[in-house]
Amino acid sequence: MKTVEFAQNLNLELLFSTDKDMNVEGVYVGDLLSIVMAKAKQNYAWITIQTHINIVAVADLLDLSCIIVVENMEVEEETLEKAKELDIPIFKTKESAYSVACNLFKMGIK
Amino acid sequence: MTENFLKRYSFNIVANDFINAGKASSAIKGNLKSMGINAHIVRRIAIISYEAEINIVIHSIGGQLHCDLYHDKIVITSTDVGPGINDIEMAMTEGFSTAPESVRELGFGAGMGLPNMKKYSDDFKITSGSKGTEIVITIFL
Repeated sequence: MKTVEFAQNLNLELLFSTDKDMNVEGVYVGDLLSIVMAKAKQNYAWITIQTHINIVAVADLLDLSCIIVVENMEVEEETLEKAKELDIPIFKTKESAYSVACNLFKMGIK
Repeated sequence: MTENFLKRYSFNIVANDFINAGKASSAIKGNLKSMGINAHIVRRIAIISYEAEINIVIHSIGGQLHCDLYHDKIVITSTDVGPGINDIEMAMTEGFSTAPESVRELGFGAGMGLPNMKKYSDDFKITSGSKGTEIVITIFL
């Protein structure tokens, strides 16, 4: 699934366009970076309210499939620049982490 | 260094530089991955080196991160100049943190840094004094 299709299916805003194929094998919800580092795994979608540049480093180190920023938090420009550079899709939504997680579950990601 | 030694990667880590925090760990991960090191081991090293790097950024006035590659093991060494750790036993407790509120708001300072580093290592050594901290972590291949 392409990032555009993924965004449409989940009603998410894609913060920059990339042709990357989304391969989502799991989901982790969390805002404390050390806990995300220990728990999230390769090809997981990460749902968070954190928006500063270091979320991209975490996603890159863990080979996460994407970052989904919830609760309409504003994502810093430098975060987006870094995400573009490393080709890590970042999505945004005004919905809650729980709501996005439920939608991912309905998509078949368990 | 023994004859078993292959290569060293070294990085300077700047205190309070949250923009570049993670770059050294990314470089270490990239190098190990391209060398064909087992993905599970690369993940453990990525977690350990990231936590070490973030600790230097938050708690010290600067330091170095080294990754030494041997035939049979990888050693991550973190050395910093700074106030050191008052109570290592407390610092090793999950959830205990001395990180300032400004840093916690960014999602750091969960008090999981040192426990994570120990959890993912095969051997973990930490020494700390009033001039700084040194952590030596070994992962066997």
